[in-house]
Amino acid sequence: MRKMRYILRKEFKQIFRDPAILRLIFIMPAIQLLILPFAADYEIQNVNIGIVDHDRSTYARELVRKIEFSNYFNLTGYSNSQKEAMQWIEDDVVDLFIEIPADFEATLIREDEATLLMAVNATNGTKGNLGAAYANNIIGEFNRHVRSEWVQWPAFNPEPQIEVVHSQWYNVHSNYQRFMVPGILAVLLTMVGGFLSALNIVKEKEIGTIEQLNVSPIRKHQFILGKLIPFWLLGFVVLTIGLAISYFVHGIVPEANIGVLYVFGGVYLFAILGFGLMISNFTDTQQQAMMVAFFFMLIFILMSGLYTPIESMPSWAQIVAWINPVTYIVDATRIVLLKGGTFTDIRFHFLVITLGGLVLNTLAVWSYRKQT
Amino acid sequence: MSIQIENISKSFVGDRKVSALQNISFQVEPGKIFGLIGPDGAGKTTLFRILTTLILADEGQATVQKYDVIKDYQKIRRIVGYMPGKFSLYQDLSVLENLKFFATIFGTTIDENYNLIKDIYIQLEPFRDRKAGALSGGMKQKLALCCALVHRPEVLFLDEPTTGVDVVSRAEFWDMLKRLQTKGITILASTPYMDEASMCDEIALIQDGQILSINTPSGLISEFDSPLYGVSADDMYNVMNDLRDHTSVVSCNTFGAEHHVQLKPDIDPTVIRKDLEKSGHENVRVELITPTIEDCFMNLMQQ
Repeated sequence: MRKMRYILRKEFKQIFRDPAILRLIFIMPAIQLLILPFAADYEIQNVNIGIVDHDRSTYARELVRKIEFSNYFNLTGYSNSQKEAMQWIEDDVVDLFIEIPADFEATLIREDEATLLMAVNATNGTKGNLGAAYANNIIGEFNRHVRSEWVQWPAFNPEPQIEVVHSQWYNVHSNYQRFMVPGILAVLLTMVGGFLSALNIVKEKEIGTIEQLNVSPIRKHQFILGKLIPFWLLGFVVLTIGLAISYFVHGIVPEANIGVLYVFGGVYLFAILGFGLMISNFTDTQQQAMMVAFFFMLIFILMSGLYTPIESMPSWAQIVAWINPVTYIVDATRIVLLKGGTFTDIRFHFLVITLGGLVLNTLAVWSYRKQT
Repeated sequence: MSIQIENISKSFVGDRKVSALQNISFQVEPGKIFGLIGPDGAGKTTLFRILTTLILADEGQATVQKYDVIKDYQKIRRIVGYMPGKFSLYQDLSVLENLKFFATIFGTTIDENYNLIKDIYIQLEPFRDRKAGALSGGMKQKLALCCALVHRPEVLFLDEPTTGVDVVSRAEFWDMLKRLQTKGITILASTPYMDEASMCDEIALIQDGQILSINTPSGLISEFDSPLYGVSADDMYNVMNDLRDHTSVVSCNTFGAEHHVQLKPDIDPTVIRKDLEKSGHENVRVELITPTIEDCFMNLMQQ
């Protein structure tokens, strides 16, 4: 017990003497939570649009005006030549253009139907697709407007019309920050828990002190616990800093008992620490550990549903995503912080992460023993 | 016997199989300083790592204080002190913190064994709050020795303890080992410096994983069977070339300001002097000298 206490004291001393670790623990959550949620925003507002207007009629002008005054588009080109418009796309001046045919108004009036051409630059897929969707929306609205002006509706509508009104729950204004912040919190926990601990153990290998420890009667579990406990506790510090920032800066008031998140965070850290320990067992230098950790980090984050919804992944990728521990913590933080979930709502997450943690740590301790 | 090694072999499999140790056997009596003398890559560190239970030998048995290095590795870890060749203490902890840490993990305290490390620790005392990483080479060495001693080991393993340390500190270091010996600690030390061999009670010359000879330093020197001459002249480089070409010369090696020359049996050394003078060398001196450990080593290597 005295040994264990002293080992922990030594670890804490070393952590607090390493300015890089301290910076990482206190500044990383701050920067990530202050910058990323504002910058990484899916709502696309500045889609550059070009109009090729062969018609120049009242209706055509009205349509152009509707597009121009929507929040989504910048009208950056207006011409009557399709060739010129294609050049705009080539030169990246516009993201999409709409071509209004010469007899647009006339056809619309005569045949109650008209055709528009929309050409989209799909090199930036998200921007192109969303831009096209916005444009479609506006054109659809314009269409209804024209019809209501022209068609004398009978007393009651011959065609049943369904209007869809939607309301967004748990994130009423579809605020992107509210969506991102819990995810980033989860990633921060992963960084501190998984990777700092891995680097720390490998450091002992690199400077040769592990040799000196291996010749001593220090027990494996004492050494491993000495490494894991400090980072487990630091994980809570990071979680607290993160929650404070999301409360004060992003105004995210936890909807439920925050204790649930701390308990789940504790279990999650346990699992991810085991993962870090595994990395350290199979690497000899901090550089190697760094590269391996980075490799997994990238996959974990991109496949966690943090940026892109898991439901939109192909089914094999969904399987990978649900093996990925980061998926569970991202999901759980969102459930607790935004939806006000309680223990019952994330009991499946608890179960998986607890089991995963046990498996990872058992493997880690086992492989550690085999090596020396 | 304090350390007993029987037919230890170890090879490493890499791009090609490297035989690090081949059939090594020797024993160290309690309370003796035993020196493993040999060049880099001779297999000294591998042997240390086997004896300190860090790696397993492919073949053979070894015991430390009667404990088997494989079966009783946990017991061995309690009673040995190991100072690896590379400085491996916590550079970001202070002198005192390092010492306390190692005392604690061995379940003891500095005070308990203070009389053992006192002589060394007194020199470190002024720097007790300095980070180990900021110490000079000699001081680091002393700290490492303190840390290896703090739990009062019965056997001390020192892997090249004086490599990279200045001459004065090296001499001091060996004085410290001599004092530790009087306290009944068995010491196995390795060094690439032949001049340190004379400080040991017994030495093993080791090269390419094989032991060339085991003897006391004086015994090893008396084993040197033919007379050895120190030769010097003005143009040392060409003297060496001429000597090596000379038909009566068995070997010629440079040691500081003179060449140590071994002649074929029954050759009069004055012949050599005359021949060298005939070749135009000036101030030629040829004297009978007592061989050093290094001469013995070179001799054994060339055989």
